[in-house]
Amino acid sequence: MIGWRMRSATASDATIFEKRASQMAMNTQGRPTAPGSAGRSEASTFTGNRGLDHEEALIFEIGRADTTGVDLPQPRQVKSRLAGLERRQPIGLPGLTEPETMRHYVRLSRKNYAIDSGLYPLGSCTMKHNPRLNEKMARLAGFGDIHPLAPQSTVQGALALMQALSGYLLELTGMQSVALSPKAGAHGELCGMLAIKAAHDAKGSKRNIVLVPDSAHGTNPATAAFMGYHVKSIPARDDGTVAAEAVKAALTPDVAAIMLTNPNTCGLFEPEVAEIARVVHEAGAYFYCDGANFNAIVGKVRPGDLGVDAMHINLHKTFSTPHGGGGPGSGPVVLSKALAPFAPVPFVARDGEAYKLVEHESEARNGMQPLGRLTAFHGQMGMFVRALAYMLSHGSDGMRQASEDAVLAANYVRASLRDVMSQPFGDQPCMHEVLFDDAWLKDSGVTTLDFAKAMIDEGYHPMTMYFPLVVHGAMLIEPTESESKQSLDLFIATLRDLAKDATTGNDKSRFKEAPRLAPRRRLDETRAAREPRLRWRPPARPEAAE
Amino acid sequence: MRYLPLTDDDRRQMLAKIGVAGIDDLFVAVPRDKLMHELPALPRTMSELEVEREMAKLAGLNTAAGAVPFFVGAGAYRHHVPATVDHLIQRSEFLTSYTPYQPEITQGTLQYLFEFQTQVANLTGMDVANASMYDGSTAAAEAVLMAHRITRRKKAVLSGGLHPQYGDVIRTLAHHGGSAVDTLPPDPTGAEDIAPRIDGETSCVVVQYPGFFGTVRDLEPIAQAAHAKGALLVVVVTEIIALGLLKSPGEMGADIVAAEGQSIGNGLNFGGPYVGLFATRDKYVRQMPGRLAGETVDAEGRRGFVLTLSTREQHIRREKATSNICTNSGLCALAFTIHMTLLGEAGLRRLAEINHANACELADRLGRLKNVEVITPAFFNEFTVRIPANAAEVVEKLARNGVLAGVPVSRVIPGTPECSDLMVVASTEINTDDDRAAFEKALATALES
Ligand SMILES: Cc1ncc(COP(=O)(O)O)c(C=O)c1O
Repeated sequence: MIGWRMRSATASDATIFEKRASQMAMNTQGRPTAPGSAGRSEASTFTGNRGLDHEEALIFEIGRADTTGVDLPQPRQVKSRLAGLERRQPIGLPGLTEPETMRHYVRLSRKNYAIDSGLYPLGSCTMKHNPRLNEKMARLAGFGDIHPLAPQSTVQGALALMQALSGYLLELTGMQSVALSPKAGAHGELCGMLAIKAAHDAKGSKRNIVLVPDSAHGTNPATAAFMGYHVKSIPARDDGTVAAEAVKAALTPDVAAIMLTNPNTCGLFEPEVAEIARVVHEAGAYFYCDGANFNAIVGKVRPGDLGVDAMHINLHKTFSTPHGGGGPGSGPVVLSKALAPFAPVPFVARDGEAYKLVEHESEARNGMQPLGRLTAFHGQMGMFVRALAYMLSHGSDGMRQASEDAVLAANYVRASLRDVMSQPFGDQPCMHEVLFDDAWLKDSGVTTLDFAKAMIDEGYHPMTMYFPLVVHGAMLIEPTESESKQSLDLFIATLRDLAKDATTGNDKSRFKEAPRLAPRRRLDETRAAREPRLRWRPPARPEAAE
Repeated sequence: MRYLPLTDDDRRQMLAKIGVAGIDDLFVAVPRDKLMHELPALPRTMSELEVEREMAKLAGLNTAAGAVPFFVGAGAYRHHVPATVDHLIQRSEFLTSYTPYQPEITQGTLQYLFEFQTQVANLTGMDVANASMYDGSTAAAEAVLMAHRITRRKKAVLSGGLHPQYGDVIRTLAHHGGSAVDTLPPDPTGAEDIAPRIDGETSCVVVQYPGFFGTVRDLEPIAQAAHAKGALLVVVVTEIIALGLLKSPGEMGADIVAAEGQSIGNGLNFGGPYVGLFATRDKYVRQMPGRLAGETVDAEGRRGFVLTLSTREQHIRREKATSNICTNSGLCALAFTIHMTLLGEAGLRRLAEINHANACELADRLGRLKNVEVITPAFFNEFTVRIPANAAEVVEKLARNGVLAGVPVSRVIPGTPECSDLMVVASTEINTDDDRAAFEKALATALES
């Protein structure tokens, strides 16, 4: 039962598509946003369904305001104490019974690509296997069903778990202390940079510049600017890494910090990182390390040994807490001795035999000068449980092996594709992700976007594309340690086959029309932005209703 | 190790293909003296069974809310979540996917986000909602920053009924970001007068509805006072189920609503992950933080959804972005939207009525006790009681007697002797008459001894 009719693209849409398409090849600051050529798919059906792929209407089109899938008792009659503020207007929330709900979301789920169904080489995101043991552990009533403000005597196991996780993170990073509360990587960046600001404030030093390489993830400059810092960019060398000399040259007395990603977003370990830390410290500034790529180096090298002052760790990347369609994440920040006193509340402290949460700045002892509070409650406990389960499962040996396998897999992909695709910084070992640019596609008429979309038809999630921005038509491939050699080999063979078709022959429909086999063809992002429809509204005319 | 598919033989072959002798040849950029030779000083790999044992030990040290009469709220609430919700969010295709960067193969995520946004907008009475924030407190802090951008002013006025930890988050960002915050004193009865604090420099007034102490009050006069001075009204909601019964913030003049959505679909989880709801007026959409799903068409003219208006966001705008948020609370938003779909309007309303009725019952019971006073005149499912003793000690005592009773106000607002005898208490649909009777009895006993 389809309660709505699909609109077809109009002539003016087509013009927009074409105009956009001609701009695509030049686009370096982001990816193209409009569909390419629009061929019709062969088979059309009455329902619009295609076998297992069902068209699914919106809940607002299939639900009813008086239907509910939750049986609830009649409320007892009481004299309302709502100050006369009862709602009088309908809200606009359709309900579905349980079987309808189940079907709606199961159908939607089938329109999603997922790690569990295929290789997901989304560079910088570490789409590794998400063990279900971790889900089970997070759902133990003793973790999942405890209140953040329950008396601390009733949650000692939770505090012990936070301590254990902290211990693991500190051992793996070689840092002094850890702030667990940040809710994701970007929130961790905010935490680390606030600690840096607090440290400067404590010394009475007023600095207003943060150095950020152009290759940095967007959250880095956004975080620095969020706090009122001016962002000054640092150039990279021809080999894709940052020279200590360049940092030194940029280190004026008003530089508060550098935000450097290591391993960096080009998939390379910064060879001068220790020297960079040295010159940064010499200039009275601090070293914030974006630890999004920590999965490459767990058990191999410790950020603390490199002179890092603060680094966030994305538990949803390195430590396998599921990405969940865009979150939740968790972004604990490890801190150096210099920054440790400024860690935000809350944190766990020992209290004789027991643990306690220090929840207020006024309760801080032992020289702690907390920078404040970054979130209500104590952070992403559900993710702490999963991450610790991951760490216990792997152990020190398994974690190091995982990093080595991740690096090995990326280099294997690199070595297997280097003759057909181009590497922007020459042929050198990469870390856990390998970066290609689009130089090899020059004059082929195929763009990075086209290539990515053709991967979809082959059953793959595309790599990260058009990031980092410093590389033209970037393709950042992160296979992770979760792939078997057989899986990698098929992936490589597929990319080689695509590469061959992209660079030889005249028929580029495999790319230009891609994806042809996905639940949707290319979507018109330009139109979405130009005429934003950000919510469902009841149709204006009755014909579109049921 | 059960999670790692590569065999030693695979590894050898792969190294050979790469053309290096050993794995450390791939780590050549790491300064040699920094490369670790010993394994980290941590236990070795463990079987699933061993891990379960370790974790169960820790979990067993905690008192699960479901195991005792439970009345703790203050920003996180225990509600019954239908089994369907947790089953569906664990579908591989939802759980192990990421931000829908490739819309052709993430229509599932994009469509539920579009539905979620619509539900949130309708529930809050606003025009438009985003695809989620981390939680209510960070959403509130972002709302303040957004108000600063819109009004080009830099002072927020915080109601004394705002969750103290939300206030802490806002003040932390303000302190380090160079803006001002004027916080009113704790307001357990909802009697504060905010209007006189609003002036020509005020960018926004932040009020919580229902308030931290449980109070329900009309926000329209506050909206008018704010708007008269060119300031915005930011409404924070921590118990979103209240909006099933109460007038929406939008109806009362809110410009931005920042809410905690945990109550719907999400468990307590000791504080996270939760889901921040963020809604505003159409005219402010370009100042909004966070991701937005929008409707469009594909190359065959079929309806589809994409992430849109991303020129607000960090990955395009970098230092000019409206926020640094990237990963948000996708899966918690999914739990929210599934639970909300199961409830529907009729179910939500009834659930809200049950909550209110249960809280009224509890208030009557506790109010009967000698020297115990319910000081919240109007409330939804939570209220504040004044007891003739130190509330923190009493809560601790009740916990020892198997009742998780509520939150002593001193836990979240330290250094306020006038609050030391106050306790915030919630009663949701999970509580039975027996629970309430047990609470009443335990409190009576605790106060006698
Ligand atoms: C290099 C880099 N830095 C920072 C982030 C931000 O992390 P999060 O999305 O957890 O906020 C990401 C991931 O998205 C990233 O890839």
